[in-house]
Amino acid sequence: MIVELGHFALILCLSLSILQSVIPIVGARNGNAGMMASGTWIAIAAFVVIALSFISLTYAHVASDFSVNNVWQNSHSLKPLLYKYSGVWGNHEGSMLLWVLILGFFAALVAMFGANLPPQLKANVLGVQGWIMTAFLAFIIKTSNPFDRLQPAPFEGKDLNPVLQDIGLAIHPPMLYLGYVGFSITFSFAVAAMLSGRIDAAWARWVRPWALMAWIFLTAGIAMGSYWAYYELGWGGWWFWDPVENASFIPWLTGTALLHSALVMEKREALKIWTVLLALITFSMSLLGTFLVRSGVLTSVHAFASDPERGVFILVILIVFVGGSLTLFVFRASELRSGGLFAPVSREGALVFNNLFLATAAASVLTGTLYPLVLEAIDGSKISVGAPFFNMTFGPLMMPLLLAIPIGPLLSWKRADLWVAVQKLYFAAGIAIVLGILALAFVEGTSVLAALGIGVAFWVMVGALAELVMRSGIGRLDTATALRRLKGLPGSTWGTAAAHFGVGLMMLGIVSVSAFEEELIKRVAPGEVNTFAGFEIKFEGLSPAKGPNFIEDVARFTITGRGVIDLEMLPTKRLYTTRKMPTTEAAIETFKFSQLYLSLGDPEPDGSITLRAWWKPFVTFIWLGPVMMVFGGLISLGDRRLRVGAPQKAASRRKLANA
Amino acid sequence: MHRILLLCLAFALLSTPAFAVNPDEVLDDPVLEERAREISSKLRCLVCQNQSIDGSDAALAKDLRVLVRDRLKEGDTDAQIFDYVVARYGEFVLLQPKVGSHTLILWFMPIVVLLFGIGIFVVKSRNAKVTKTASLSDKENEMIANALREDD
Repeated sequence: MIVELGHFALILCLSLSILQSVIPIVGARNGNAGMMASGTWIAIAAFVVIALSFISLTYAHVASDFSVNNVWQNSHSLKPLLYKYSGVWGNHEGSMLLWVLILGFFAALVAMFGANLPPQLKANVLGVQGWIMTAFLAFIIKTSNPFDRLQPAPFEGKDLNPVLQDIGLAIHPPMLYLGYVGFSITFSFAVAAMLSGRIDAAWARWVRPWALMAWIFLTAGIAMGSYWAYYELGWGGWWFWDPVENASFIPWLTGTALLHSALVMEKREALKIWTVLLALITFSMSLLGTFLVRSGVLTSVHAFASDPERGVFILVILIVFVGGSLTLFVFRASELRSGGLFAPVSREGALVFNNLFLATAAASVLTGTLYPLVLEAIDGSKISVGAPFFNMTFGPLMMPLLLAIPIGPLLSWKRADLWVAVQKLYFAAGIAIVLGILALAFVEGTSVLAALGIGVAFWVMVGALAELVMRSGIGRLDTATALRRLKGLPGSTWGTAAAHFGVGLMMLGIVSVSAFEEELIKRVAPGEVNTFAGFEIKFEGLSPAKGPNFIEDVARFTITGRGVIDLEMLPTKRLYTTRKMPTTEAAIETFKFSQLYLSLGDPEPDGSITLRAWWKPFVTFIWLGPVMMVFGGLISLGDRRLRVGAPQKAASRRKLANA
Repeated sequence: MHRILLLCLAFALLSTPAFAVNPDEVLDDPVLEERAREISSKLRCLVCQNQSIDGSDAALAKDLRVLVRDRLKEGDTDAQIFDYVVARYGEFVLLQPKVGSHTLILWFMPIVVLLFGIGIFVVKSRNAKVTKTASLSDKENEMIANALREDD
C-alpha cells in the first residue's frame, strides 16, 4: 500500500511539475502577480510530494519488501540496516529518484528563501526548474520506475553489490548529486534572466550563493568518492580518471570557473556573456554526466545500442536543454552590453586567466572522456584514453593556474601593477624556493619534478595567506591592532584564503604520495617479520570470521615502529555469499598525516598470504585540501554581504543619492 | 571474438582474483621491474573497465604483465614492447593513445581551446581600448575611477 502511495506521489509530482513549468512563466510574461506567486507554493508542494515518494521507496527497502522489483534486485534481508537505507540510491532507479528529489529540493529552497528576488525573475527560475523536473520525472516513470512490483513476490533478495556496502558510498552519492544537480539552479537563473532580458551585476549577486552552495557539495562529494575508492577498492589509488569520475569533475571545473567569473560580473559588470554561458555549460555538463553514467554507454557502445530506451531518453533531454538554452543564449548574447573595462593586468584579468585555464582543462577532460565513444561510433575503431593521457594534458594546464593563485587576490581591480603584487609575495616565494631546494638536497628520492611540485604547493599555501597578512597589517601594525583587523576581515576574504590554501595542501599531498610512496609486495608466512618504511610488520596468522551477509578471512598483523608498539592491523578478504563476490578490505592506519595501507592477495594452503603494503606519506592532505576548500566555501557563504540580497542595498543607495 | 571476450570475462570473475602484481611476477632486477611497472600502468586490462594491467586482478592482465616482463628480460626497449603488444591486441590496449590522424582532435584540443580563448580576450580588450579613447575624456575617466573607489 505504501509503495502504491509512493508511486502515486511520483505521478502527482509530475503533474505539479507541469503546472510549475507553465503557470509562473506565463504569469511573468503577462505581469500577473498571482500567477507568479503561485510558483512558490507549487514548487514547495512538488518537493513535499517527491519527498513522500522517496520516503515510501526507502520504506520498501528498509522493510525488505521483495515484491518490489527494485528492492529484490538490490537488497537482502540480512543486509545491515545502514545499507538498506543507502541501497535506495545504490541502483539506477533509486538514484534517479534521488536526482529528482534534489532538483525539487533546490527549487523549494529558491521558493522559500528567494523573497528578495524580483518576482518576475523568481517566477522564471522556478518555471525553468519545473521544466527540468518534468523531463526527469517523465524519464523515471517511462523507463526507470522504482515502484514496479513482482508477482509472485520472491522470498529473498539478490543483495546489493558488495563494494557499495560501505559508509562512504552511503554518503557520497547524495553529496555529489547535491552538487551537480545544485547547478541546475544557476542554469535556471541563467535561462530565467535571458527570458526576462535583464542580466546585470545584481543577477550575479543573486546567483553567486547558489553556485557556491552547489560547488561546496560537489567538492565534498568528489573528495569523498575519491577517499572511498582509496580505501575500498584495495589498491590505494585515489583518482583513476575513470569516465564516471570525469563526469563529476568536468562540472566541478566549469563550476569553479563560474564562481570566479560571477565575481567579476558582480563587482565590475564585465564578463556578463561569459558568466551566463558558464552557468549554462556547467549544468549541461551535469546532464552529460548523467547521460554517460545512466545510459550504459560507458560500459559499451554496443550495450547502449542494443537497449537504447533509457539512453535515448536522457540524450533527448540533454539535447533539448543544452540546445534550447544555447539557442536562447545566441539570441540574447548580442543584446548584452559588456560593462566595466579593465587592463589585462588587473584583478579581472587574473580571473579571466583563471577561467581560461579552467575552461581549457574542462574541455580537455571532456574530449578525453568522449573521444573513444565518438570514434567508435564513427568508424568502429576502438582506442582507450586513460590516466596517462589525462595526467599528461591536465597537469601542465594546472601549473600556470597554481602559480597565479596567490597573485590574483593581490591585484587591484581595473588596472594593477604585476610587479608590485609579486613583490608583496617575496616571503611566499622564498619559502617555496627554500623548501624545494631542501627537499632536493636532503630527502632521498626527490626528483627535480617533485622538488618543483613541493615548491609550487608551498607557494600556493603561503601565498594564499598573503592577502590576510596584507589586509590585517600583520608586521606593519602592532599585534593587537593587527589581530583585531584580522578578525574584522570579511568572510569572503577568509573563505578565499582557506580555499586557495586547500588547493596548495592537496597539491602537496599529491606530490608527496607520487614521489615518496613506498611499496612492499611479498608472500608472508605466519610469524614472519618484514621491515618496511620504518616499521616492523609481523604476520600473526589468518583466521576465518563471519559477518551478517559475508564470510571473511582476517589476517592479523602487528606493527612496531614510528611511535607504535604491537599495533594490530586487520586487512581481510571477504566473500559476499549471495552474489558470490569476493572483495578486499584494506587496513589503514594514520600516522599524523601519513598512512600505512595493508591489503591482502591470495592465501596459500600452507597458511602464507600475499601482502601488499604501502607507506603513503602525507596522503591525507589529498582530502584535507578539499576539506579546506569546502570550509572556505562555507565561510564565504556565511558572509553577510553575500547573503543580503543586492536589491535592498541598491535601493538604499538610490535613496541616499536622491536625498 | 565476442564469445572469447565473454569467456575471458566470466573466467576473470569466477576465479578468485589474483592480486594485481604478485610476488612471483616481480623481477629480480629492480631497474627492470621499475620499467615493467611503468609500462604496465600504460597498458589497459582488456576485460576490465578503464583499469591498467598493473592494477587489475584479472587473469588476462596477469598474462600480459608476465608477457611484458618476459620481453624486458629479452632486452626489448619500451617502444618495442608497446609495438609488440599493440600488434597482438590492437591500439585499444594503449591507455595513452598514439598521436596520429585519428587522434589529432584529442591531442590538440587543449592547445586550440587555449589559443582560441586568448585570441578572444585579446580582440575584446583591443576593441574595448578603442571605444574607450573614442568616447571618454580624461576628466570623465577620473570621475569614474573616483566613483569606483568609493564603491569598494
